[in-house]
Amino acid sequence: MRELIIIGSGPAGYTAAIYAARANLRPLVIASSVEFGGELMKTTEVENFPGFPEGIMGPDLMTRMQQQAERFGAEILYDDVAALDLTGEVKRVTLGSGDVHEALAVIYATGSAYRKLGLPEESALSGYGVSWCATCDGAFFRKKTVAVIGGGDSALEEATFLTRFADTVYLVHRRDALRASAALQERAFADPKIQFIWNKEVARIYGDEKVTGIGLTDTVDGSETTLDLQGVFVAIGADPRTHLVHGQLDLIPEGTIAVDGRSSRTSRPGVFAAGDVVDPTYKQAATAAGSGVVAALDAEHYLASLPAELIARATGTDAVTDEIEARAREARESEARVAAPTA
Amino acid sequence: MSTKTVTDDSFATDVLQSEKPIMVDFWAEWCGPCRAVSPILDKIAEEHADKLSIVKLNVDDNPETAMKYGITSIPAMFVFKDGEIVKRVIGAKPKPALEADLAEFLA
Repeated sequence: MRELIIIGSGPAGYTAAIYAARANLRPLVIASSVEFGGELMKTTEVENFPGFPEGIMGPDLMTRMQQQAERFGAEILYDDVAALDLTGEVKRVTLGSGDVHEALAVIYATGSAYRKLGLPEESALSGYGVSWCATCDGAFFRKKTVAVIGGGDSALEEATFLTRFADTVYLVHRRDALRASAALQERAFADPKIQFIWNKEVARIYGDEKVTGIGLTDTVDGSETTLDLQGVFVAIGADPRTHLVHGQLDLIPEGTIAVDGRSSRTSRPGVFAAGDVVDPTYKQAATAAGSGVVAALDAEHYLASLPAELIARATGTDAVTDEIEARAREARESEARVAAPTA
Repeated sequence: MSTKTVTDDSFATDVLQSEKPIMVDFWAEWCGPCRAVSPILDKIAEEHADKLSIVKLNVDDNPETAMKYGITSIPAMFVFKDGEIVKRVIGAKPKPALEADLAEFLA
């Protein structure tokens, strides 16, 4: 058993790991076997993460966060969580390998998963012209015609990225205005390769072995049209990945995990949540990182409130050491400082 | 142990004439999910060396083969048997999911 397990390795998970490791909690990070580093692993240039005035490649940023966490003693496992038992004082995490890890506290930072269009032909054509990753697949559409479905930041980022390869990029959106940030909108509107198709929803994807076109339905008058193209990039948002905690943690109506005010405290003691899985609104790398900080500090305070004997068991020491005592005292004092202004 | 590399030039000999079922991992340097799945494929190759060969083809360096097999999404992992594609797996997946996809070739 150990003190803290962090599930997830995006900006929230790794930032929580940096703080927890510096607080000497020796966190174990379950990073996922193929999706470690999170959503930024599928992006190219990140221009809005503070501290990188020239921008930084998404995968490079995540590798740096990982190294920073490891530098302070975080242990990282590249495996997936198969099952999670958060009900007791000791939390149990079962991995894909079958190994079981136990901890007194868990930070849940699993992010979100891409939303699908929900068309029957979508999965059959996935990989044959239907894609969720422009940076992975864009290069295969050199001199081709493609469509990006969606109207948010990621849709516009993908559309702009795809103009490097494709001759024409349609941006298909079901409304007549975009949600994306002003900077991204300006760039896309100025791009001669991007054509905007407003108020249309994808009703069908055509193609037997590979995509040959899409059928669109007008969201205003219901009229139907088709577009001939070779690639469809779906960027219609993402849903919080909560399937492992259903029935164990309370959710809010938006589908994210419920937390207490501005804290990361979930409906179960010792379980903290951070990043996109608690955020129905902002969903930025920097907000996720900040949310990871909150979770690490909350977990630290929680652990300090537990009986010293329990911590001694978790850290594998037979007796309550001076270090544990000192840390608990320090955490109580800092909590008192935080609480003081409102008292 | 790292899996073997094949090219446009060696594809016919190494893959199409392979006696064992052989899986080709179509990948590229710039593809994050490709890098993520690579060590998993190495592990599967090591554990099932007697049943299934696994080789890698860099799609940037070998566009001819990538185009011939209509690759539009990577990682694409195609199993060839007697020169024909008998299984297509697309996208990085955890080891148990890949093993389930490949069960018929690993048994």
